[in-house]
Amino acid sequence: MSEEPEIVLGFYVPPHPHPLLAPEQNEGWGRLREAFDTCRQRIEETDADLLLIYSTVWPSIVGHQIQAHPKPVFTHVDDDFHFLGSMPYEFRMDSEYAEKFKDSCEARGLHARTVAYDGFPIDTGSVVALKLLNPDNRIPACIVSSNVYSNRAEQIVLGKAARDAMSELGKKVVVVVVASLSNRMFTEHIDPSDDRIHSAKDDEWNRKILEFFDDGRLEDISQLSRDIHGQIRVSKVVAYKPAWWMAATMGQHNNYDGEVLAYEALHGAGGAVIQLTPAKGGVGDKEFDEDDVEYYHGDRSVLDKGML
Amino acid sequence: MAKGEIVLGCLAPHPPHVVYAENPEQNEPFSEGGWEALRWGYHRLARKLKGIDYDCIVVLTPHWMTYVGTHFLGLERFQNISVDPIFPNLFRYHHDIQVDVELAEAMHDAAAEAGIITKMMRNPDFRVDYGTIVSCHMLNPEWSKPIVTISSNRSTHYYSNEVMNEQAAALGEAVMKAIEASGKRVVLVASHSLSHRHFVTEAPLPEDMSREHIYNHSQYVWDMKIVQMLREGKTKEVVEILPEMIEQTMAEAEGGGLSWMMAAMGYPDYPAEIYGYQSVIGTGNAIAAWDPNEATREIVL
Repeated sequence: MSEEPEIVLGFYVPPHPHPLLAPEQNEGWGRLREAFDTCRQRIEETDADLLLIYSTVWPSIVGHQIQAHPKPVFTHVDDDFHFLGSMPYEFRMDSEYAEKFKDSCEARGLHARTVAYDGFPIDTGSVVALKLLNPDNRIPACIVSSNVYSNRAEQIVLGKAARDAMSELGKKVVVVVVASLSNRMFTEHIDPSDDRIHSAKDDEWNRKILEFFDDGRLEDISQLSRDIHGQIRVSKVVAYKPAWWMAATMGQHNNYDGEVLAYEALHGAGGAVIQLTPAKGGVGDKEFDEDDVEYYHGDRSVLDKGML
Repeated sequence: MAKGEIVLGCLAPHPPHVVYAENPEQNEPFSEGGWEALRWGYHRLARKLKGIDYDCIVVLTPHWMTYVGTHFLGLERFQNISVDPIFPNLFRYHHDIQVDVELAEAMHDAAAEAGIITKMMRNPDFRVDYGTIVSCHMLNPEWSKPIVTISSNRSTHYYSNEVMNEQAAALGEAVMKAIEASGKRVVLVASHSLSHRHFVTEAPLPEDMSREHIYNHSQYVWDMKIVQMLREGKTKEVVEILPEMIEQTMAEAEGGGLSWMMAAMGYPDYPAEIYGYQSVIGTGNAIAAWDPNEATREIVL
């Protein structure tokens, strides 16, 4: 067992189905698809033996759910974009890693469980990512949910638990985060050729975040998560969480080679395909505004105490 | 053709736990029961429904979340397995659903005419959400009537609870116009709970009722306030304070169901029939019905 996990690549990809189902309908969607294809080739050139996905569009309530079905098979249809077509899938999951990840979560105080049910609804973002990044199931995968109530501490610990499990099993891992940048879509149906980022404000924030990614400054983005949530995220959940999890999983520093392969609008939302490669050097002088967290202590019964 | 009408409106929460506890043949997991206060309430409401002459159930569900407009099921039949993404250990339900496409299209057209962004859902691989299935199963376990499912546009997330209320009201009025023009007798269903803060852990035996209680007292107080106002026929006032309640209790009414149904029914000023209230994994769930027929309206609880 190695002390530090071997993470070979990290990717940040959008959750929308357009690059999979309709890349020809809009030049930007096509460029996102090309970027996915480039990432697929780069993954194939590694000797990774696990592809771990954190999906912001797989919500959970009872703790953190981890996909453990060895061969999930279904045909998925998106709730909003059902008219773009169906997404039949058959994936290969790493059940052993899923169980180890769950155990690692529990060891750090998190409530977690694996799910392995025929017909379980794997989310659009995970389906798109797996079909485009790992189309032949060459690498077994695992998917972890995003708990709707969780905040920074829980996400950081969740990422560290993912690392624990990688280390224990000696995995070589490609980490994939499925998330938009700005996530405000147009609320009406649009002609694909009219797609653009919903507002100049969203676009400017997205480009600033992409500068950080391009510089490999993952920890800095993690530290900015609360600001990002306040500025460009529709309040569907309590926080912008993917950068917290990604940094905690890949390593809480800025030592990455970053590359933005594509940045385009997806029905108004900001969709980017980004690669982070662990590197020796990088942008130093990172600033930690909030404490690091090793163990999750829950809500510490604050509600009960308030009734005394 | 006689003018169509709404013959009953139901607030019908959809925790999969109640179907799980019933052990119907369609659901794979087995339970030892649980949540009887809700289930027995549902049983009584289902019996009332059997005595009503109606053509179709129309349900607005918060588990078909759409951000680009309001969508309507647009195919006649959906056969599939529905696995709850949150509670897959409890709900893996094989369904065979008939849809009243004619009425769905009429509602879609009326809503579009009213300026609401709309879409018919025509993909045969689409999986009907579990909110629809749970509410409809508990109200009509025989699935003897066709349904129409309307998605929940998430205007609460994109704008505010107040905008949600206004858009849901406009949708309700449009749906009512379509019902009247159809000549059909329709049951409306708002499929959601009241307060909606969940526990984030689950008992080893989910139906262990010694572990079940409301998430916190403020949620309970809000739920009781709403139930009391419904008893008093203050539906307009309830809709008006929903934004505050949603803010404070994460109420699932944020999906627009109750606001939509009350608007469609013209904000009834007669007492709601209350069939039950119980918490499910911390959330507050009330079953209520509005019977426009004064002769059959009753005080249940």
